[in-house]
Amino acid sequence: MTSVGSGYDLYVSTYSPDGKIFQIDYANKAVENSGTCVAIRTKDGVILGVEKLVPSKMLEKSSNRRIHHIDTHIGVGISGFLADARQLITRARDEAKQYRQVYGQPIPIKVLSQRIASYNHVYTLYGSVRPFGCSLIITGIDQYGPQLYMVEPSGSCIGYFGTSMGKGKQAAKNEMEKIKFTEISTRDALKEVARIIHTVHDEVKDKDFELELGWISMTETNSVHQLVPQNLFEEAEAFAKAAIEEANQ
Amino acid sequence: MESPEWMNNAVDLGTSIMAVEFDGGVVMGADSRTTTGAYIANRVTNKITPIHEKIYCCRSGSAADTQAISDYVRYYLEMHTSELCDDPDVKTAASLFQLLCYSNKNNLMAGIIVAGWDKHQGGSVYNISLGGSMVKQPFAIGGSGSTYIYGYCDSKFKPNMTKDECVEFVQNSLALAMFRDGSSGGVIRLCIIDKNGVERRMIPGNKLPRFWEG
Amino acid sequence: MQQHVSFPVFGQNDYFNYKNPQTLENRMPVVDAKKKTQDPIVTGTSVIAIKYNGGVVMGTDMLCSYGSLARFNSIQRMEKFGSYTIIGAGGELSDFQSLSNTLNDLVTLDHCIDDGSKLSPSEIYNYVARVMYNHRNKGDPLWNSLVVMGYQNGSSFLGKVDLVGTCFKDDIVCTGYGAHIALPLMRKAALDNPNMNLEQAKKLIEDCLRVLFYRDARSSKKIQISVANENGLEISEPIELDTYMWQSGEAAVKSFSQV
Repeated sequence: MTSVGSGYDLYVSTYSPDGKIFQIDYANKAVENSGTCVAIRTKDGVILGVEKLVPSKMLEKSSNRRIHHIDTHIGVGISGFLADARQLITRARDEAKQYRQVYGQPIPIKVLSQRIASYNHVYTLYGSVRPFGCSLIITGIDQYGPQLYMVEPSGSCIGYFGTSMGKGKQAAKNEMEKIKFTEISTRDALKEVARIIHTVHDEVKDKDFELELGWISMTETNSVHQLVPQNLFEEAEAFAKAAIEEANQ
Repeated sequence: MESPEWMNNAVDLGTSIMAVEFDGGVVMGADSRTTTGAYIANRVTNKITPIHEKIYCCRSGSAADTQAISDYVRYYLEMHTSELCDDPDVKTAASLFQLLCYSNKNNLMAGIIVAGWDKHQGGSVYNISLGGSMVKQPFAIGGSGSTYIYGYCDSKFKPNMTKDECVEFVQNSLALAMFRDGSSGGVIRLCIIDKNGVERRMIPGNKLPRFWEG
Repeated sequence: MQQHVSFPVFGQNDYFNYKNPQTLENRMPVVDAKKKTQDPIVTGTSVIAIKYNGGVVMGTDMLCSYGSLARFNSIQRMEKFGSYTIIGAGGELSDFQSLSNTLNDLVTLDHCIDDGSKLSPSEIYNYVARVMYNHRNKGDPLWNSLVVMGYQNGSSFLGKVDLVGTCFKDDIVCTGYGAHIALPLMRKAALDNPNMNLEQAKKLIEDCLRVLFYRDARSSKKIQISVANENGLEISEPIELDTYMWQSGEAAVKSFSQV
């Protein structure tokens, strides 16, 4: 368990004697309580998959979307408080719009990720505010090719070939060790992401879940970020379920 | 007695400027005359100003306006470079010029040609006219002297010229423009930009290409 | 009596403008709201469009003039916005580029929200009409004449918006010289053939652009035609018009008539 805060965890502007800022750790905890989000970057695109936990049968299927678009060439997956994430997504959309108006170019993924990370970071500097309780995985294609970044409540922004966050993050990371990122094709990566999410889903603790898949690819979607079309989605889910069956036998 | 006419004239860049794209870079050229009314204030002006290492702009119109605009763009582009951690594209520089020229169109008189080399598009030439409209072209001419050489340029330009052919094209066009336009003259300044860097040349007034002089 | 001629001696020439020094007022005159209106500098000419049985066809030439100089010869004066709308513009090019940026932001926002509903031609038309009218009220118009056209859910849309904010919808719409020359020709053709198909509509637009090239001094032979129908939006590659009605000039070769 996390070490006891005992007075050093009241404000995000207070360090603890062993050099931690507990509020940021607690914000990360909020992220870890949420459904898993997995992303893989291939040679020509990036795939995003989210395990959307469905707490009640009365929820409409497409509500509480966790994959969003920023501009046409960037997609974002959320883990953590959806309401906090909505604030970040609005900010990201404004940044992307303003960048295009000033520089005449679509915003590079690295620049957007660093700006959102800086925005996150500001909320860790003052005692009167709290950090955002959500992590974002930012995926997209720009002039430098397909890229994938993860932005955390602490304000860190790191680029990855494959990453995960949320409940099953460690299990997902172990599964991703086996993937050869520079060789795998986008369609295969799609199936892998679906399989990983189905694998790390805990049937006992959480009941129902919905899989949400989004992708952007130079060849398949012409570098426009979109939710995976229905037929490919069903193919990927079928592959995932078949793989689980095999593993269980 | 009121002050003489030459005291009240704005410093003007009556000019001939030009930029041509070739495979792998651009050739930019300009004359070197700055006038206040009919007096030549500076006969060796440099109208090709650096905005970034491999992005330059040719300025025409009001000297003060274009100097101020290019200083702003140089500053904004430098900030942008720090954030991008990479060299900017010519299109980015041209968009910044357009932003400034369009939003202040009522108070400025600036016709600018932005050209340079970047690793995504190679050589590119952008023409930003008086109203702030930005157009990408294979070659662009501007300034008061350009009106005299539209016909010459239309007849002599062919796509896919080599660097040396472009240099000759620019030299000849500018020499003709400088001959006929009273607001252009002096030396021809050339700037050749490609992936290896920038080469600056000057052709003195007594070594300009000569045509029929009547 | 001899006129005494005065030569400028000491103190009579105000070389440094001491008598009328620069103040903030005369360096930066307060811009009168009425005087803020700009002059168009780089301009495009007519845009013509007609509804046909199953969609809308629009045509423009590809020239932007700088006064009387035919400056830029390959400008696409029509832009797609979203999946259902195309806007063609005449007038100041920089204002159209600025309006395009604003509308592209709207389309991008639509894509981001991703709720299955997309901007329709009529919504874009209304938005543009508001933008143009509000700019005009500030005395700072976007100096354009725009034709908004599109096709969505089985119905065609065609409307015109002006730099003063006048907006209306009609079956045949033309701006600039087209309104004087092409509009009557297109109305006659529509009267003779009320159920035009795509090929006939395209030919009509091409013919009208040819007449405009004959008679509009600020037009060019290189044109583009765009179509909005159930198959989506399409802006054609540049087409070069062949012009052939020059026989009326033959007579002057043979006789020595001045005309």
